[in-house]
Amino acid sequence: MTGRIEKIFANAKAAGRGTLGVFVTAGDPNAATTPALLDALVGAGVDLIELGMPFSDPMADGPAIQAASLRALKGGMTLAGTLQIAADFRKRHPDTPLILMGYYNPIYIYGNDRFIADAVTAGVDGLIIVDLPPEEDTELCLPAKKAGLKFIRLVTPTSDETRLPAILEEASGFVYYVSVLGITGTKSAAGDSISAAYQQIRSQTDLPIVAGFGIRTSAQAAEAATLTDGAVVGSAVVDIIATNLSDTPQNGINNDIVQKVATFVCELTNAICK
Amino acid sequence: MSTASLNTYHNQPDESGRFGIHGGRFVAETLMPLILNVESAYKSACADKDFAAELAYYQKHYIGRPSPLYFADRLTSYFGGAKLYLKRDELNHTGAHKINNVIGQALLAKRMGKTKIIAETGAGQHGVATATACALFDMKCEVFMGAEDVERQRPNVERMRLLGAKIHPVTAGTGTLKDAMNEALRYWVTNAETHFYIIGTVAGPHPYPQMVRDFQSVIGTEAREQIIKAEGRLPDKIVACIGGGSNAMGLFYPFLDDKDVEIYGVEAAGKGIPSGLHAASLTGGQPGILHGNRTYLLQNDDGQITDAHSISAGLDYPGIGPEHSWLHDTGRVNYVSATDDEALVAFQLCARQEGIIPALEPSHALAYVSTMIGDMSADQIVILNMCGRGDKDLGAVLPMLDKLGRL
Repeated sequence: MTGRIEKIFANAKAAGRGTLGVFVTAGDPNAATTPALLDALVGAGVDLIELGMPFSDPMADGPAIQAASLRALKGGMTLAGTLQIAADFRKRHPDTPLILMGYYNPIYIYGNDRFIADAVTAGVDGLIIVDLPPEEDTELCLPAKKAGLKFIRLVTPTSDETRLPAILEEASGFVYYVSVLGITGTKSAAGDSISAAYQQIRSQTDLPIVAGFGIRTSAQAAEAATLTDGAVVGSAVVDIIATNLSDTPQNGINNDIVQKVATFVCELTNAICK
Repeated sequence: MSTASLNTYHNQPDESGRFGIHGGRFVAETLMPLILNVESAYKSACADKDFAAELAYYQKHYIGRPSPLYFADRLTSYFGGAKLYLKRDELNHTGAHKINNVIGQALLAKRMGKTKIIAETGAGQHGVATATACALFDMKCEVFMGAEDVERQRPNVERMRLLGAKIHPVTAGTGTLKDAMNEALRYWVTNAETHFYIIGTVAGPHPYPQMVRDFQSVIGTEAREQIIKAEGRLPDKIVACIGGGSNAMGLFYPFLDDKDVEIYGVEAAGKGIPSGLHAASLTGGQPGILHGNRTYLLQNDDGQITDAHSISAGLDYPGIGPEHSWLHDTGRVNYVSATDDEALVAFQLCARQEGIIPALEPSHALAYVSTMIGDMSADQIVILNMCGRGDKDLGAVLPMLDKLGRL
C-alpha cells in the first residue's frame, strides 16, 4: 500500500509542481480553533500538515513558535490532546498526510511505546522530533519506523558531505531541509543556497526533499517549491494567529483567524500551482 | 544496575555520552556537527601534554590554585562535632569555582581557532569567569542571563560589562537560568559556524558534562591530597551544593571510589519541598530530556518543564547534571536539600564565625552540614566546598536578614 506521504509527492510531481506543507501548533490559539484551522488548510489546498506538539522549552524555535507553544499550554493543551486532534482530523480527512512535530520530552514522559501506538491508531503519518539526532535513534526513531511511522530528518546548513550519510541512513517519508542557519521564523532563505543544498542532498537520497524555516511569502514558497520538492511555511501562519488573538472565544472557534489563515494559505497554494 | 559494573565510578560516560540512562546528545541537527567537533577536539587536547601544561600554568598563576583547604576552627567549635574543613574555591580569581572550567574550555576554543564565545549564566559567576577568560585570551564574549537574574545579581552584570562582555537579558519564561540556556542554545544554532559555547555546568549534550567535570575535578584532587597531608587520612563526609552541579562534581569525582567517604549533594529546597517552590530536581523531579541531556527534571505530568525556585540564582535551575542523576540512581551520593531560610542563617553564621562571606549557593551546603555535623564525633572530618564568595549576594541577602530580624 502506498502511504499518504508518497502519494502527495507522486501526485504533485505528476502535476509538475512542488508540494506545500503548513505548520500550526495544536491548541493555538485554543483547542476549539485548531480543528477548524486544519480543515481550512485542507480546504485551501495544502498538501501536507505539520501539527506542532507544544513544549515549554522549544530550543530550536524563534519567538513566534515559542509564543504559540505557550498559548497552547496555557489553554491546557497536552500531548494526549494533540493526539486526539490528530485522530479526529484523520476521520474527517482520510488522504492528507499529518506529521507531528515537536520535542522529545513530552513523548518520553507520555511513554514511547504508548505514544507510538496512539499515533499509529490516530492515523498520524510521520514524526519530526527536533532534539532526536541519528545518534539517539534507538530511543524513538527505530521503534516508530517499525510501527509504520515515517521519521523525518532535518538537514541543515551545517550538514556537510560527511554528516549527510548519518542523517539519511534512517530517514524516511521525506527530508526536511532547514534552509537557514538558525531558529524558526527569524531569517529568510536565499534561493541559490537552497538549490545547492538540494543538489547535495539529492546525490545521496531518493526521498522527496522539502525546504522550510525562513519561508514566509508566496513568492518565497513558490521559489522553494520549484528548487526542491516542496516548501513548508510555519512562522508566517503562526504570526497571523498571534496578531488576531483579540476575539478568541474562551471555548469556541476564532473564525477571524481561520478566515485569515485560509486566505493567506490560498495565496501560497496558488503561487505554488502556477 | 549490576554491581559488577560498579567496581569503579570512574568509567562514565560511555561512548554515546551516557551515565547509566542519563546524559546523551539530544540536540537539534544543526548543532550535531559542532558537538562532535568539540568532542574530538577535547579528546585530542586530553592526549596533549602541552594542553595540560598550559592549563596547569593558568591554574597556578592566573586562578591562584591550589586553593587552601582551611580548618574552620570556630565553626567546628560552634557545632561541637566533627572537624569542618572548607575547600576555599571562593578565593579563586573571580571569586568562585566557575573559572576552573572556563579557562579549560577557553583554551580548547583557542585550540579550535574559535574567537567568539557565548555563555549562559545564573548567579553571574560563570558569566564573569567567561568574560574574564575572553579578556585574557582576546575573544569576543556574549553572555545570556535571565532578566530576573540581571536584577538580583547586578554587581556581576557590571563586572561583565567592565570586562567587555555583551549581556543579553532573557525575558522568556521566568527569566532565570533555564531560559538563559534556551536562548544561548538558540543563538548558538544561529551562529553555529563561528561561535564556541562555554557551558558553565556539568549539563548539556555530551561531551560537556564530562568535560566540565574533568576541568572542575582539580577541586577534589587537591582536597584529597590536602586532607591526607593535614590529617593523614580521608574525610568521613564531603558536602557540596548543587544547581547544575559543577562544583559538586568537581569535589566528588576524585572521591567516588573511596568507599568509606560519604558524599552529600545539597539541592535548593527554596520555600520547602512540599510547597512546590524549590529547585530540587532529584528530590522532586523525574527523568526527562532538556538542554541536550536526559536527567532528573522538574516537570509536570505532560512533560512540560516547571519553574524552579531558589533564593540563590545559581541553584535556580529545574535540572541537574546527568552524572549526578546516575550517582543518585546508583546510591553512591546522598542527595539532600536546604531551604532559602536555612541558607540565609548559614550565610550569616559563616560570616560571623569565620569572617568568610559565603555565596548563597555554598550556604545551602553549610546549612545541611549544620544539621548533621554536631552528631558526629570529634575525631571525624567533614569537607565542605566553599565554591563562591557572597559579595554578589549582599543586595539580596541584607533585606531578607533584616526581615528575619537577624541584623
